[in-house]
Amino acid sequence: MKKSNHKLRILLQRALVIFSFNLFLLFCLIGRLYYLQIYQGEKYALLADSNRTSKRLIVPPRGTINDRNGVELAVNNQNFQAILIPEQCRDTEGLIKRLTPILNLNSHEIELIRKDIKNHRRYVPVKIRDNLSWEEVASLMINSHLYPGLIIDEGLIRFYPYREYTAHPLGYVGSVSEADLQKSDAPLLQVPGFKIGKSGFEKTYDESLRGIEGTLTYEVNAYGRIMREIEKQEGTKGKDLNLTIDIRLQQAAYNAFGKESGAAVVLDVNSGEILAFVSVPSFDPNLFVDGISLKNWNELLQNEKHPMTDKAISGQYSPGSTFKIVVALAALEAGTINSKSTSFCSGKMKLGKHLFHCWRHSGHGRLNVVQAIKNSCDIFFYETALKVGIEKIAAMSHKLGLGEIYDLGLENQKAGVIPNKKWKQEKLKQPWQKGETVIAGIGQGYVLVTPIQLVTMLARVVNGGYAITPRFIKDDNAPLPQKINIKPENLAIVKQGMFEVVNGIGGTAARAKLKIKGVQMGGKTGTTQVRRITLKERAKGIKRDEDLPWKYRNHAWFMAYAPHDNPKYAVAVIAEHGSSGSGVAAPIASKILEEAIRLNIR
Amino acid sequence: MTMLLNQNQELSLKERFFSLNFIFISLICLLALIGCLTLYSVAGGNIFPWALNQALRFGLGFTIMIVAALIKPEFYYKIATPFYIFTLILLVIVDISGHIGMGAQRWIHLGFFNFQPSELMKIALVLQLAKYFSLVSIESIRSIKGIIVPTILVAVPVAFIMLQPDLGTSLMILFCTIILFYLAGVQWWKFALGFGSIVAAMPVLWHFLHDYQKNRILTFLDPERDPLNTGYHIIQAKIALGSGGMWGKGFLSGTQSHLNFLPEPHTDFIFTTYSEEFGMIGGALVLFLNLILITYGYWFAFRLNNNNYFGKMVILGLNTNYFLYVFINIAMVTGLLPVVGIPLPLISYGGTVILSVMASFGIMLSFDINKDHELKK
Repeated sequence: MKKSNHKLRILLQRALVIFSFNLFLLFCLIGRLYYLQIYQGEKYALLADSNRTSKRLIVPPRGTINDRNGVELAVNNQNFQAILIPEQCRDTEGLIKRLTPILNLNSHEIELIRKDIKNHRRYVPVKIRDNLSWEEVASLMINSHLYPGLIIDEGLIRFYPYREYTAHPLGYVGSVSEADLQKSDAPLLQVPGFKIGKSGFEKTYDESLRGIEGTLTYEVNAYGRIMREIEKQEGTKGKDLNLTIDIRLQQAAYNAFGKESGAAVVLDVNSGEILAFVSVPSFDPNLFVDGISLKNWNELLQNEKHPMTDKAISGQYSPGSTFKIVVALAALEAGTINSKSTSFCSGKMKLGKHLFHCWRHSGHGRLNVVQAIKNSCDIFFYETALKVGIEKIAAMSHKLGLGEIYDLGLENQKAGVIPNKKWKQEKLKQPWQKGETVIAGIGQGYVLVTPIQLVTMLARVVNGGYAITPRFIKDDNAPLPQKINIKPENLAIVKQGMFEVVNGIGGTAARAKLKIKGVQMGGKTGTTQVRRITLKERAKGIKRDEDLPWKYRNHAWFMAYAPHDNPKYAVAVIAEHGSSGSGVAAPIASKILEEAIRLNIR
Repeated sequence: MTMLLNQNQELSLKERFFSLNFIFISLICLLALIGCLTLYSVAGGNIFPWALNQALRFGLGFTIMIVAALIKPEFYYKIATPFYIFTLILLVIVDISGHIGMGAQRWIHLGFFNFQPSELMKIALVLQLAKYFSLVSIESIRSIKGIIVPTILVAVPVAFIMLQPDLGTSLMILFCTIILFYLAGVQWWKFALGFGSIVAAMPVLWHFLHDYQKNRILTFLDPERDPLNTGYHIIQAKIALGSGGMWGKGFLSGTQSHLNFLPEPHTDFIFTTYSEEFGMIGGALVLFLNLILITYGYWFAFRLNNNNYFGKMVILGLNTNYFLYVFINIAMVTGLLPVVGIPLPLISYGGTVILSVMASFGIMLSFDINKDHELKK
């Protein structure tokens, strides 16, 4: 009995020890709960949240690009996509077979779809095709029971309704490239299918057009499957871009070229607003939005008329006789000549050993500056240039905006060349020759200008001497242009010369008169030699420029303004290899000005 | 002596029924209810596939408990040895021809649920050891020779369970028997010696462990070691639990379990699911209910007739077994112990555990009903 009592006592004593130990352990567990749930609770709550939620960016609608009247030039079109969620479809092969005739899927596309389905988890949506037409969407929707797991997803795609009319200067958007990703770490660029401005205004104003992204927060499970939407924060649409262009004038300008290649820029001479800006031929920017096909790309590259080049800003041409306006003003301002001083044109002029010809070999006889402009007499300007010197001509060129790059928001703008002694020494390491001043007097030799520069020069001359700069963006608060230091009477003299070119009897562009009653225009022709006609060709009977192959023919310039009494519009037209300024370029310019006057652009 | 005689007077069935400890039974029902609610939530607010099934099993378990409680304690004394042998045979059968599930052979198909003989062994071993210790003298227990027999009684079934292989159950049985040995009076230094030799044998044992068992131990030692594989489970469990905070995310609102981040949210890791939704308050409630339940167990052992050494030993053994379940499971899911695959009884989904635990409670109640009686051997 005693022994068994001892055994019992040990049992009960030790049971108490174990019991206390149990209690201790259970309290340890409560302590552990406190540690995990209260002390570290916030950390784990955060971890749980990041576990369960996933974020996706919502691409905001891109800002539209509008013309001066609010006509949309770049819009966001609805893009219907057919998307398949494989797990919701038992027989994907059968589904693809049924879709093939409706969506015109080719074997390559089908192969891609099959690969996509195979390479992803069954709940990952696979794109079947985008850019569905209304008919295709309708037939898919009506028979939706035939296509289990098929979803029609609505997205936005950039569209340029005016196609080639606005390709320059709008540019286009395209897929984000590796280089784009290196330049910017904007999260939107990471979104699959996001489009970024690749050229033109789409590129320059990309960030403001792009807008601010929205976010979609959704709940995912441990396998990444989307369970539900938690929060949707809509983004902000990109800022619209309002241009100074009038799309009607833009179209008219483009169409005025017909089959010719070249560029035209129309300015409001008082504000510098660019009303039309065309480079012909152009291309369809819509081809680039979804990635251009190799065939189309090669066609664009191989076209000898260079549709991808914006000739209005990056085409550099000798100004030819249009430069005589600058030379005349330089001489008038320097006092070298006045309205009454005359020169005698015998058809040629000798300087040292060189003989310089007038375009009219029989000569113009005696003429003053207005008559010299009207007849585009070369001898008068050879002499005048020699008298005034290249430095003053260069200074006047810069005053009038030549040789300058403007803030247009466009890439690939060229500065052209306004030569002087220093320029030649630096560039060619050779001293300036007098003969070079002579040919500069008629806008040949080293002088190069772009169409936008030439129209700016003309606008500054005819607007009463205000240093307008061309611009594309509507801005009611634009600063008023500065007055250029040129005497008004001298401006009036050259303007009179340009009036005579069109309206004077025997003016070089008399045929180009406006067909609108009561409105007169002034202008100046220019022809720039691309290549001399060789002796060999002469022997073959090729005497005139028009007989040469197209790419060797002369470039034709015409710059014009209207109305003459109170100028509002200025236009510069270059017709590449157009042979004759008066014959090809002038009619284009007058068509454009007629349209501008008819439209009465405000 | 008259007192003793009175005490030995047999109780009728009705008297025995009304002598049941209804507070103890209520605590069990409350825990089972919490289990069913959590299973309902894990299924995304559905009684299928688990909650209803679990309720039915609890119903069966409850019946078994009442029946076991109404059986006279002498019965358990009498069947201890045959039951032990029978269970041992079952274990051997499972090992030889057992069904392959979860990479382990643990089950016997019994109609609507699978049965694990190792669960039965927990009860059988407690009964058998209690019988042995009640028969031998304290001197014998304290001698080296005296512990050879019980050590063999433990080692044979544990070896078979290890072979299945079921590390968790083997360890649990080992812990439980160590405590029984200790309660019986085995000296401290023997445990120290045993522990020492196990540590010494560790490198050899390590060699015999399966890769997944090695992985579990390594993962326990450093959960971040391999976050998307083995350690992923315990990290996600801690996130689920920790993110519950003080009050929890609310019933049916746990994200970790509903979004499949948790491994086995309805079985071994059910406590994390529960704690995610009911927070620290809920977790502490479950621990507190279990604490009262276990305290009752100890109280049953203490208030049992002092001459019923066998009964006290059985109650303490079964109670310890239950405690180990609760402690190991919660310590495991809170990252205090390695993941060894021990469910939380009454709450986790699983047939065998609920039946064996309910049977254990029944046996404990049977002794408590007849607490004033001496055991008639």
